[in-house]
Amino acid sequence: MKIHEYQAKDFFTQYSIPVAEGIVCRDVDSCLEAYKNLFSEVVVIKAQVHTGGRGKAGGVKIAKSPQEVRQHAEAILGMDIKGFKVDRVMVAQGVNIASEYYLSFVIDRNSRSVVLIMSREGGMDIEEVAATAPEKIIKIAIDPLIGIPEFLARKAAFMLFDSFDVVKQAVPLIQNLYKLFTETDASLAEINPLVVTKEGKLIAIDGKMNFDDNALYRQPEVEALFEPDEEEKREQDAKSKGFSYVHLKGKIGCMVNGAGLAMATMDMIKLYGGEPANFLDIGGSSNPNKVIEAMKLLTSDPEVNVVLINIFGGITRCDDVARGLIEAFKYLKTDIPVVIRLTGTNEAEGRELLKGTSFHSAQTMSMAISKSVELSKNRGK
Amino acid sequence: MSILINKDTRLVVQGITGRDGGFHAAKMEEYGTNVVAGTSPGKGGQHALGIPVFNSVADAVNQEGANTSVIFVPAPFVKDAIMEAADSGVSLIICITEGVPTLDVVEAKRYADLKGVSLIGPNCPGLISPGKSLVGIMPGNIFKEGSTGVISRSGTLTYEVVHNLTIGGIGQSTAIGVGGDPVVGLYYLELLKMFENDPETDSIVLIGEIGGDAEEQAAQYIKDHVTKPVAAFIAGVTAPPGKRMGHAGAIISSGTGTAKEKTDAFAKAGVPVASEPAQIPDLLRTRR
Repeated sequence: MKIHEYQAKDFFTQYSIPVAEGIVCRDVDSCLEAYKNLFSEVVVIKAQVHTGGRGKAGGVKIAKSPQEVRQHAEAILGMDIKGFKVDRVMVAQGVNIASEYYLSFVIDRNSRSVVLIMSREGGMDIEEVAATAPEKIIKIAIDPLIGIPEFLARKAAFMLFDSFDVVKQAVPLIQNLYKLFTETDASLAEINPLVVTKEGKLIAIDGKMNFDDNALYRQPEVEALFEPDEEEKREQDAKSKGFSYVHLKGKIGCMVNGAGLAMATMDMIKLYGGEPANFLDIGGSSNPNKVIEAMKLLTSDPEVNVVLINIFGGITRCDDVARGLIEAFKYLKTDIPVVIRLTGTNEAEGRELLKGTSFHSAQTMSMAISKSVELSKNRGK
Repeated sequence: MSILINKDTRLVVQGITGRDGGFHAAKMEEYGTNVVAGTSPGKGGQHALGIPVFNSVADAVNQEGANTSVIFVPAPFVKDAIMEAADSGVSLIICITEGVPTLDVVEAKRYADLKGVSLIGPNCPGLISPGKSLVGIMPGNIFKEGSTGVISRSGTLTYEVVHNLTIGGIGQSTAIGVGGDPVVGLYYLELLKMFENDPETDSIVLIGEIGGDAEEQAAQYIKDHVTKPVAAFIAGVTAPPGKRMGHAGAIISSGTGTAKEKTDAFAKAGVPVASEPAQIPDLLRTRR
């Protein structure tokens, strides 16, 4: 789950991490009001959206007068950045930057731990630095049973900064950011850039945090900040029904049990010349209610012209799945052709039950997918 | 032979009195797994499906000689369950539960490492050494005894691949689902090493998916250390970037973790990648 920069900075402040002061505004007048209240001649107006690359898109501007604040606020509010509409901006105090750094904590799959990532290439896209100049990136894996004792934070700080005055400020910052990361079940806590001002102060100019969806149940303060976009709302709705759903742009709706098989089904549709309309993992059981809900979800997409149901009956028996499907389709009125592929325990019995129904029943994944692609193409004509 | 589990496996089921724990304990027993105990704090002394229930994993180890644990407890209790098992004296822990907070896994895995105990999962279907032992939720009937090792990040996709192997006459030594989360226990490198060293495994199938760079590392490892033929399959060629495809770990982030990168890495290592599961038996046959 993602949050906005200003929300990340609120967390930073709660954990005593110094940030450039800023005020969130939803209209131009509040921006002018904020400019007055910040007592700073120079301010930065920054779009608050759940995506990177705001600067390049023109969503971050410096203003030095009320006129400039108005001009930039008017331009940025309502702007579209990578499909995200800007409905609020942060007006932040300008800072006299002496040098810029990168500092973050992230979950690292390989070391199976949280890693501290630092670089003197602050303000840059860190993935780009990692790709072009990996030697400029410092990585320290954190032992979860020990965390970050002071000596470790000091060791890290000395790797990044030359001045002991700055090191002394960086030690609590590193410890506090780690504390924030673990206490909120984050998956990313990033300060980019972290700057040393001309006055010698260490300040977070930008902040970004992502959180572990699996841990939201115990992070009500984080969950309250969830702002789903239209796609995410659909995914959220699917999730509440026990599904995992991602919308795509094709015409063949897929209903599959298991995430890996669902991905492989999409891939094969493409391989066979069709276009998958979605990823949908309906999970372990396939009782009639679940199938009805899944069909509603698939047919709510006007682009879908064929539905492919691919079920690997492992513990669940195929004859039970077939009965469930027949039952479910008694309640579904649709003229969309449905291709069903059942494999696993009692698959012959399952297919026998589907005989004489309006379903197109297929024995293998390849057969089911070529049938679906063929039907979809014919209906597209 | 096989890796990790066999006829000597003595299994304790953590959460045996729960719905899933009970259901799968019965299925595992039916397959022939030696399920010697279950745990459920406060229910020690009772029996579930005729299996003795203990208050702790340590009791199950001491009294029934359990050496492997499988975890079915709800996600909020998984960290403690893994640590309890790691502390009890079992040598292998398999965690089936999905939806476990990542930082819980990070901590529990570290503790298991400290105790010298192997962890598989969480969010995995478990593993099977066909004809010997099944631990987890895989459907035993689709497997066949043989000499191909299977490693996978997925559940039903593994069944699909195994089903193709079995009907193609290729049996399996051991098949393992490592789990779909970003942080899990045993992974490709450790398991490739075990299969390479297992005298009765003669070939390996690796089923990967988008997200992370474990497949790229596996490809390099195979090139450097694995002499047995390997065939691979990668799911998620059509997955859009930035979207979590069911598994928490299956996400293309900042343009990395794509299926193409993984397929290219395998190609460079001389490992053939199937474009659909049904091709895998042929790829293996031509390599063996």
